[in-house]
Amino acid sequence: MMRNPFVAALIPAVVFVLLALPILGIDLLNESLMLKIQAAPAADWMMIIIAAVAIFFIQLFRKPIDAGVTTFKEAVPSLNLKSYLVQPKVMRLLTIFLILALFLWPFLYESRSGLDISIKVLIYIMLGLGLNVVVGLAGLLDLGYVGFYAVGAYTYGLLNYYFGFSFWMALPIAGGMAALAGFLLGFPVLRLRGDYLAIVTLGFGEIIRILLNNLTSITGGPNGITGIDRPTLFGLEFNRKLRDGGWDTFHGFFGIEYDPIYRMIFIYLLALILVLLCIYVINRLQRMPIGRAWEALREDEIACRSLGMSRTMIKLSAFTIGATTAGFAGSFFAAYQGTISPESFVFIESAIILAIVVLGGMGSQVGVILAAIVLTVLPEVAREFSQFRMLMFGGLMVLMMIWRPQGFMPMTRPHIQLNSDKIQKETAQ
Amino acid sequence: MSHLLEATDLKMQFGGLLAVNNVSLHVDDKEIVSVIGPNGAGKTTVFNCLTGFYQPTDGIILYKGEPIHGLPGHIISRKGVVRTFQHVRLFKEMTVIENLLVAQNRHLNTSLLAGLLKTKGYRKAESEAMDRAEYWLKQVDLLDKANWLAGNLAYGQQRRLEIARCMVTEPGLIMLDEPAAGLNPKETSDLDGLISHLRDEFNLAVLLIEHDMKLVMDISDRIYVVNQGAPLAQGTPEEIQNNPDVIKAYLGED
Repeated sequence: MMRNPFVAALIPAVVFVLLALPILGIDLLNESLMLKIQAAPAADWMMIIIAAVAIFFIQLFRKPIDAGVTTFKEAVPSLNLKSYLVQPKVMRLLTIFLILALFLWPFLYESRSGLDISIKVLIYIMLGLGLNVVVGLAGLLDLGYVGFYAVGAYTYGLLNYYFGFSFWMALPIAGGMAALAGFLLGFPVLRLRGDYLAIVTLGFGEIIRILLNNLTSITGGPNGITGIDRPTLFGLEFNRKLRDGGWDTFHGFFGIEYDPIYRMIFIYLLALILVLLCIYVINRLQRMPIGRAWEALREDEIACRSLGMSRTMIKLSAFTIGATTAGFAGSFFAAYQGTISPESFVFIESAIILAIVVLGGMGSQVGVILAAIVLTVLPEVAREFSQFRMLMFGGLMVLMMIWRPQGFMPMTRPHIQLNSDKIQKETAQ
Repeated sequence: MSHLLEATDLKMQFGGLLAVNNVSLHVDDKEIVSVIGPNGAGKTTVFNCLTGFYQPTDGIILYKGEPIHGLPGHIISRKGVVRTFQHVRLFKEMTVIENLLVAQNRHLNTSLLAGLLKTKGYRKAESEAMDRAEYWLKQVDLLDKANWLAGNLAYGQQRRLEIARCMVTEPGLIMLDEPAAGLNPKETSDLDGLISHLRDEFNLAVLLIEHDMKLVMDISDRIYVVNQGAPLAQGTPEEIQNNPDVIKAYLGED
């Protein structure tokens, strides 16, 4: 059907105005008990009109625009971005650039709330990466992951409270304690499979939380532990005043004005380094014999057994490595917040971390990072809708299951390849 | 003289069912021994008992004079008794070469730290594993498929890969459960050649379950016949072929 191009362009513009006017063009005011309807400010009206005009002209000249884009694409084939971006050299450069940017931005643009969200995101990335080893790589469904997070957090909290351990002394201990918890839990539990494993780990997470809640004499019960020391830079503190027996403060040592943002930046950089370390280690593990064993075990347990691989040891290693990561994240969380209580380690946290892994694409590190960003930043941005947070969360999950059940970025495992020159040479003989 | 593998009075009971009843067998160095019998005779159950996938109810199994009954499967396999399965059990989502690398896991330098830091020792171990995998791919004629996903191989190739995967673990005894099932005559005769080659070149002992009588009669040094869980006969291929009990079990009484 041929239509007048003018009419064809007018229709979308009019539809846009009809849709936009009631939504953007009118303000509802609360006046005592009455709702009063009022026209929106002129600026909003201007925006609507500009948008309508833009839509009209784009639609009117759609054909020439489309043709122009195609000829441009054909004329400049080297601009084919996607194939250009996936070249290993470009990838490496981009990664380096990205990491540099991540390190530098807090110095250029000081924003408390930005840093706050970033640190939160980084903690969730760390947790996501750890759980990804357990669920994504080794295929063990763990619903009590937050338990290890709690073990890490409370290890630092308690060591600091009772024995005055610094963050740096407690960090390896917290990782070790969480690993021990993972090992002890894993030993009896990893005989179970699938649903049964999920239920037992769920129970473990709850046991840890309830224990922390009721061990009032040691953990402070529901009140938790407060006044946990923040991390120091080689002993330099980021407080305004020096604590008793401290060496020096950061601003005092460098002779600059005190500003609480320094501590935020320092913690952010620490978190960033920890996350990068996690990414590197897990990436290496994936390519090592142990990573291959995880993959093999996920595919066929019986074949693994026939090849002399111990199922329990392989599963246990994944479980322990995942738990260690959570332990590090936990002690970091405690150091960042300065206060911890069992409330931070409820089941919904496990669910969110699991959602990060599933949304991101099981086993995929990039996916997990993306999902951690989305699931942490979205609720912050949409603060006004915080009542609907769980609804949005559920909605997102349902949509993902329909359209992208494999996650944002499904895992592409780094396959080990035999040198193809070698194959050709050998087969030619 | 002690045998490489010796099982005495093996019994396996599942509830009221006696699946294996007093089966005794032995395999010597560089020997190809077959276990045959009608479907459901308990051949695979015998295999499962020997490799630790089942814990035999009763009986003694010695490998190189050492008792191995009751040990878990992965330990037995580490001692040098490896097996294939009736249905191919490859890691289908991994490449052919990776299948062979996984099988060498216990030979590799498994220290986490060495791997994380890519130490010299670690890299050497990895490249040795690659070389061994490559060598075995050549032996089973799959080198040109090295970077394929194992699941994309043709069925006969998957069978050969499964044998190669056993061989990289450097076993003393390899147990093949119906290796010729689903192969065409050409592939079966290739398999015949491969098994003899493994025995001759690598001093390997082979224990075989097979229904393809031509293959069995061609390559076996000795044959055990099992029927309804109980041993029926044993001997050289000629003896078995002329044994009236065996003929009765296979063809039925008239």
